[in-house]
Amino acid sequence: MKGEELTEQETALYDRQIRVWGVDAQRRLSKSHILVSGLRGTAIEFCKNIVLAGVGSVALNDDRPVTEEALSANFLIPSDGETLVGKTVAEVCSESLKDFNPMVRVSVEKGDISSYGADFFGKFDVVVVCCYSLAAKRMVNEKCRKLSKHVAFYTVDCRDSCGEIFVDLQDYAYTKKKFDETTECQLHYPSFEEAISVPWSSLPKRLSKLYFAMRVIERFEDVENRRYGETSSVDLASVLKLRTELCQANSANESQVPDSLLGRLIAGPSEFPPVCAVIGGILGQEVIKAISGKGDPVKNFFFFDAADGKGVIEDISSNA
Amino acid sequence: MAAAATDHQLSAIKGKKVLMVGAGGIGCELLKTLALSGFQDIHIIDMDTIEVSNLNRQFLFRQIHVGQSKAKVARDAVLRFRPKISITPYHANVKDPEFNVDFFKQFHVVLNGLDNLDARRHVNRLCLAADVPLVESGTTGFLGQVTVHVKAKTECYECQPKPAPKTYPVCTITSTPSKFVHCIVWAKDLLFSKLFGDKNQENDLNVRSGDANSSSERSEDVFVRKPDEDIDQYGRRVYDHVFGYNIEMALSNEETWRNRNRPRPIYIRDVPSAALTRQNGNVENTKTADDPLSVSAMVSVGLKNPQEVWSLVENSRIFLEALKLFFSKREQEVGNLSFDKDDQLAVEFVTAAANIRASSFGIPLHSLFEAKGIAGNIVHAVATTNAIIAGLIVIEAIKVLRNDTSNYRMTYCLEHPSRKMLLMPVEPFEPNKNCYVCSETPLLLEINTHRSKLRDIVEKIVKARLGMSLPLVMHGAALLYEVGDDLDEAMVANYSANLDKVLSELPSSVTGGTVLTVEDLQQELSCNINIKHREEFDEEKEPDGMILSGWTQALTTENNKNSPAGGTETLPVGKKRKISESSNASSTSFEEKKEEVAIEYSDIVASNQYIVRKGDNAAWTIVSCHLSRTFLMKI
Repeated sequence: MKGEELTEQETALYDRQIRVWGVDAQRRLSKSHILVSGLRGTAIEFCKNIVLAGVGSVALNDDRPVTEEALSANFLIPSDGETLVGKTVAEVCSESLKDFNPMVRVSVEKGDISSYGADFFGKFDVVVVCCYSLAAKRMVNEKCRKLSKHVAFYTVDCRDSCGEIFVDLQDYAYTKKKFDETTECQLHYPSFEEAISVPWSSLPKRLSKLYFAMRVIERFEDVENRRYGETSSVDLASVLKLRTELCQANSANESQVPDSLLGRLIAGPSEFPPVCAVIGGILGQEVIKAISGKGDPVKNFFFFDAADGKGVIEDISSNA
Repeated sequence: MAAAATDHQLSAIKGKKVLMVGAGGIGCELLKTLALSGFQDIHIIDMDTIEVSNLNRQFLFRQIHVGQSKAKVARDAVLRFRPKISITPYHANVKDPEFNVDFFKQFHVVLNGLDNLDARRHVNRLCLAADVPLVESGTTGFLGQVTVHVKAKTECYECQPKPAPKTYPVCTITSTPSKFVHCIVWAKDLLFSKLFGDKNQENDLNVRSGDANSSSERSEDVFVRKPDEDIDQYGRRVYDHVFGYNIEMALSNEETWRNRNRPRPIYIRDVPSAALTRQNGNVENTKTADDPLSVSAMVSVGLKNPQEVWSLVENSRIFLEALKLFFSKREQEVGNLSFDKDDQLAVEFVTAAANIRASSFGIPLHSLFEAKGIAGNIVHAVATTNAIIAGLIVIEAIKVLRNDTSNYRMTYCLEHPSRKMLLMPVEPFEPNKNCYVCSETPLLLEINTHRSKLRDIVEKIVKARLGMSLPLVMHGAALLYEVGDDLDEAMVANYSANLDKVLSELPSSVTGGTVLTVEDLQQELSCNINIKHREEFDEEKEPDGMILSGWTQALTTENNKNSPAGGTETLPVGKKRKISESSNASSTSFEEKKEEVAIEYSDIVASNQYIVRKGDNAAWTIVSCHLSRTFLMKI
């Protein structure tokens, strides 16, 4: 057996999952450092999953004060009112998360991290941003890419009963085990900017419609200078207008981005908890794969829509 | 305002009463997601208490809760972030009589997060009897599935037969093991029970030699510790008997070894250092042994890493030390112990014994970690899959509450994407008209009515195969057997006498052509069994001397003319690689062909028996086979 052994405590606690991914992956997990920014329902689910899995450390970033809104899909915020006054979502969540697994270090990072220098991101192996604006996604992704160290970058969004994950593992090598055969694989990922710049007309016809719908709303919030999720049903007409413009610019058919889907995505500001659980679960699995270097990672988008129940992987890169 | 779900969904949930069965891996996730989604009235049943190995995924529990009721602790944990909802916990077995049909009738939907076939079948039957929709689920590793069972609309949980847990022919276990699992079964079910379990239980531990009478009498005393016998002496005597003498006995049957490798007897004198170290005085377990489950031979012997494969000497040392610890530190338990995967010392003993036996038979040795997985039938489990499955259960539960029948889906969570999908929804199947649980089709039982006893039918068919807990067996109007608290003594005596009678000699003779009616009053399930007399059975294939068929036949029929492949075949693991080719070739659109790809699992432990199920114009093949479940794909 190579490397140091897991402690007796670790072996007892992680018994069932070591049976899934092995001791070696467990060891790598325990040495990984993860940054999670934007603690909405999906991110909370994700945090729970990786803390239970036994990563080395998790840094939380969300300066919003604890309000009823933040409570909606958040099981990390206890409902004892008074004691939470003046605390941020990240502070309260970090307390609850520490409880889940004492072997994981949980800390809080304050401030707008999208304005931080690249060095800041170099402290982490994995950076996850949840419910970020288009501009902020771009910025953080570019900073992660500037580092000599490979930092895995993920964005995760949940609008109504739909969810999206974007993955950037840059140049990524891993071992794949399928049907008792092990193969070495190599993948090249585009950045977020490169991926969303791929002309829609060149994408496969049967691509998930969610991809286009998410881009339209993201762009809408960007040009209107709104924060994530600040779009509502009253904006539908303007959103549809932007959809038409984007489809024309991309020489794509408007039927790719149905009115009903756009209407659904902006219907309410809240996330649908079962979808948070599904997306947060898939994201957790993806991060565990990336850290352990085992198993096919998603390249490079994942979509889930509770309405049809499909969880689909789409490869959106110019060389796809 | 922060709505937890859209108004549409909330109105469907409002005022609805939900029963959750299981507060384990899926259960914790499910209770959390139900509460966040706006469910107000949740009842939860779980008989288990919390263990350390649960904490990596059952996130509502902490170290300080170990030993407490899962249902109750889960309730308290969820009320911390949703204090205003009502959660009613039951620390009880779902098979308890209090959870009868009337109990089930009060719920609008039942959600299963169970870990065993038996309880799943029981809940399925009660849901059918109470006419309450059931959302069923299961996970293993990265694989999982959610299915919806609504009476008369979709198939019930038992419409597709679930393969029975793998059993091994007795002689493979006692005399001719060829796999490590055979050694584990021997160590756990035979040796461990013999030494530490109920002495009155039947046990096939001793091999039958040519001269059976004399040797069996001799060996009966071997396992009993003589008065004043030194414990080390006793351990070495047992060691020599089971790993040395018994192997010599087996070797004396020349016939057995004609086409097999001959095993090597191992005596303690062959591994002198194992005994030697112990005579030099072993390191005392310094931990205070107030918790008997913390006594450990590994600690005494100085072995730390459960992932490591021990040598024969190390295994021998653990064997002797574990045996000694049982008789010194846990003496009061000896005589009524049964193997428990969470009992460290029991796992150590079984690992060591299985490994020593494996050495004899030239079978590769395994680590304690691996041996524990096999001995305890441990299902691989991670938090992420459970979280995903719980989310999917809630999505289906809301559809059921909205009576959105056309949108019900079975969803499969895959490890490797199939047609780009990691989560694959499939339309539910219609009820199987041959299902003995949700239809009235009789079963067929082939049995030797001049040799088999009523007990064989009650134990091996009615209880084990049909999953009835409180069965009643009738031949026409004549009651042959029933159980219950309200029976008078004469009836109990009568039924117990019937159990030991050969079928054809029962008061109301059971012969070929007889129709038996079996019922379980608690499950409100009744079905008929047509009896067919058969003289001979293949001892290897049908060790019970019975063949039950009926609802199974519809699925394993070999000649379906509609099948493009021309018939169903059982594929060995090695042929699975073709899946990607065949599925790519036909993947024109999955939008239009929703049923083109479907996967099914079966709760089956360490099985190497693959059932290929045939649906509409489609053959099935195996996608992956895990410790407890087989995944099949329609191609």
